[in-house]
Formats: sequence, structure tokens, C-alpha cells
Amino acid sequence: MNLIQTIEAEEIGKLNQTDKIPEFRPGDTLRVGVRVVEGERTRVQNFEGVCIARSNRAMGSNFTVRKMSFGEGVERVFPLYSPNLDSITVVRKGDVRRAKLYYLRGRTGKRARIAERRDTRPEEAAAAAKTAPKADTKAAAKSEAKADTKTEG
Amino acid sequence: MRTGVIAKKVGMTRLFQDDGRHVPVTVLSLEGCQVVSVREQERDGYVAVQLGAGKARAKNVNKPQRVAFGLAEVEPKMRVAEFRVADDAVLDVGAEISADHFVPGQIVDVTGHTQGKGFAGAMKRWNFGGMRATHGVSVSHRAHGSTGNRQDPGRVFKNKKMAGHMGDRQRTQQNLEIVRTDVERGLLFVKGSVPGSKGGWLVVRDAVKLARHADAPYPAGIKQAANQNTSAPADTPADQAPATDAAPAQES
Repeated sequence: MNLIQTIEAEEIGKLNQTDKIPEFRPGDTLRVGVRVVEGERTRVQNFEGVCIARSNRAMGSNFTVRKMSFGEGVERVFPLYSPNLDSITVVRKGDVRRAKLYYLRGRTGKRARIAERRDTRPEEAAAAAKTAPKADTKAAAKSEAKADTKTEG
Repeated sequence: MRTGVIAKKVGMTRLFQDDGRHVPVTVLSLEGCQVVSVREQERDGYVAVQLGAGKARAKNVNKPQRVAFGLAEVEPKMRVAEFRVADDAVLDVGAEISADHFVPGQIVDVTGHTQGKGFAGAMKRWNFGGMRATHGVSVSHRAHGSTGNRQDPGRVFKNKKMAGHMGDRQRTQQNLEIVRTDVERGLLFVKGSVPGSKGGWLVVRDAVKLARHADAPYPAGIKQAANQNTSAPADTPADQAPATDAAPAQES
């Protein structure tokens, strides 16, 4: 490991102590809390959408989140280790076969759907990983997906 | 005027500030940056310190240089550079400069050799437009075109922009901010880019265009442990009187 990598690893370690970054992949639906400064005070603004790309470059790592806002596609690129990121929560896991989901840019509504990823591991391992949160997110995601299709369709 | 330092370019990365801003930085490392010799007013006609940095194998150093290092009782150095300093900022021979010579927020100038590009054409070297792709142009799509007039003046003027060697010139990047220093590993984090490739040697000085930073240690930020070779007064970097006293003592 060269010096630059060592420095970056230290910086990442420092940041990870304060806020945990969950495991997520392209295709997952994320809710990203971003700290916004308004005059004197700061507040957290949520940005929820599909993660369509991840770039892994140590300190320069980032991920792209795409959402439909009032019928207009909006994409935002977040630096993964930015102190401005308050939280990242995985709302729904998606099953995709590509690392970069740029094809979603040309699609809206039903055609932009992503199938949900099921945990195919043996039950004990899956249970050990997370049982309670999984059920919650699944239910939430389902109702949301329905709502989406209604409005878009 | 303080001395500068000789540093090696390690590479670039980014740092996040507490307020969420990200700063692109170049990491420079001080590798055994020691005073090798001192220039004096009476003997040399000017006042300066000569620093050496890096580690050279004795067989790769020429004999006069090797003797000079031997007299100064320092390891053979890869790079040697002189820095003009004020009369009261002279350092002892053997004193090693540490990374806290600079303080975060300070503005510095960084000098080095740019990356060499070899023999480059006029389009790359001077941003010429070249010629058209079609309409009868043959063989000379990237040529520079005309270089002058006719029989009068009958010659190409000096300094005409033409093809030639590009890069590998000494260049100074002025007014770069020190974002952070790491004393233990001897690292400087400078905002933005600096000339040259990774592993290249650079000279870092206080910015000429601005007054010296208030918190910067005056004669120099000196490593305490590294002063085994020199006499006891060398261990007080903030104190100016012993520093000037000790300098003539090294002469003999």
C-alpha cells in the first residue's frame, strides 16, 4: 500500500467512525440525507431515488441517485465519504444485471421498474444478517411501488 | 526571509473539511531535509543556507560533493538547493527541517520541473489550429502554416512559435495554500496541483507576494531529535542568538 492509499484509508476510517455507510448496489432504492445550510442553521434534506451507478475510487468514491421529480428526471452524484451526507438508508433492494443503469434515463413509468432482489442464501444466514428490517423494507417498498405505478401510469 | 524546503511529490488526493467542502490536495513529503552548508556575508558575499534532501548512495555521489557531506556530517543527499535567507534566519549545519515549518492556512510557492512532453508539434505546443481536413490539403493537416513574410524581411523572426521541445521546464506555482501538515510522517498537504510527476523534487517557499504567516516559526521549524551531529544550542529553534553564534563555528 503506497502512502496515498494509506492516507486515504486513514481518512475513510475517521469518517466511518461517525456515520456508517450501508451496503448497497446499483438498482437499490436509497434515501440519502443531505445536510443543507440555510443562513445560520443546517437541516437535513432527503433525496430518495434509485442508485444507478457507483464509482469506487477510495476517497473519490461516489454514487449517482436518480429520481423522478414532477415528471422530470433528476440525478444527483454524492461523494460517498462526504461529511455533508447525514445518512444513507436502503429503502428497497433491486435485482439488476448491470453495474451502470444508464438505460433508465430513457425510460419512465412501468418501463423503468426494477425487480426486487430476494435473499437466496440459506435461511439461517439470512436470519442472522437481518430479519426484522427486511420485512419492514419489503412492505414499504411494495406499497411504494404500487403508488409509483399508479401515478406514472 | 525564511528558508524554504526541498520536498518530494507523492501524489494527489482529496480532503474533506469539517464544513463539507472538499479540497483537492497534493501530498509532498520531506525526506531528511537537512542543512548541508551555510553561506556567509564575509566569506561568500551573501547569506544563504544550503539544504539537502533524500538519500543518495555514496557511490552515486561525486567525490567533492561526498567530501562536503562528510565535513557537514550529514548523509549523502539526493537533492541540494540553496535558499537566500535574512541574516538572523541562518540555521546550523545538520539541523533537519520538519513539516511544521509551514502552518495550515499559510500560502506558499512551489517550484519544480514540469512533465516533459518531448518534441511536440505546433498544435500541441502552442495551440495552433492546424489545417483543414479536406479542400485540397495534403500531408500537412497538423502543420503550423506560414512562418513569416517574403523577401523582406527574408527571415523568420526570433521567438516564432514553432514545433520543438515541450515541457520539462522549471515552473513556479504561486500562492498555494497549505491545507494540513503531518509532522510525524513529514508531509505537507498543498491545495491544488504542483509541477512535475510523482516522485519529482520540488522547492517549497513562503509566498513572495504575501507577508509571512504570523504563526509560522521564524528561523525555521526544526526537528528536535535530528540534531545529534550539531552542538547543544542547535536545539532551540525559536532562539535566534545561538543560531547566529553557532554558524561561524561550523566554518572551521
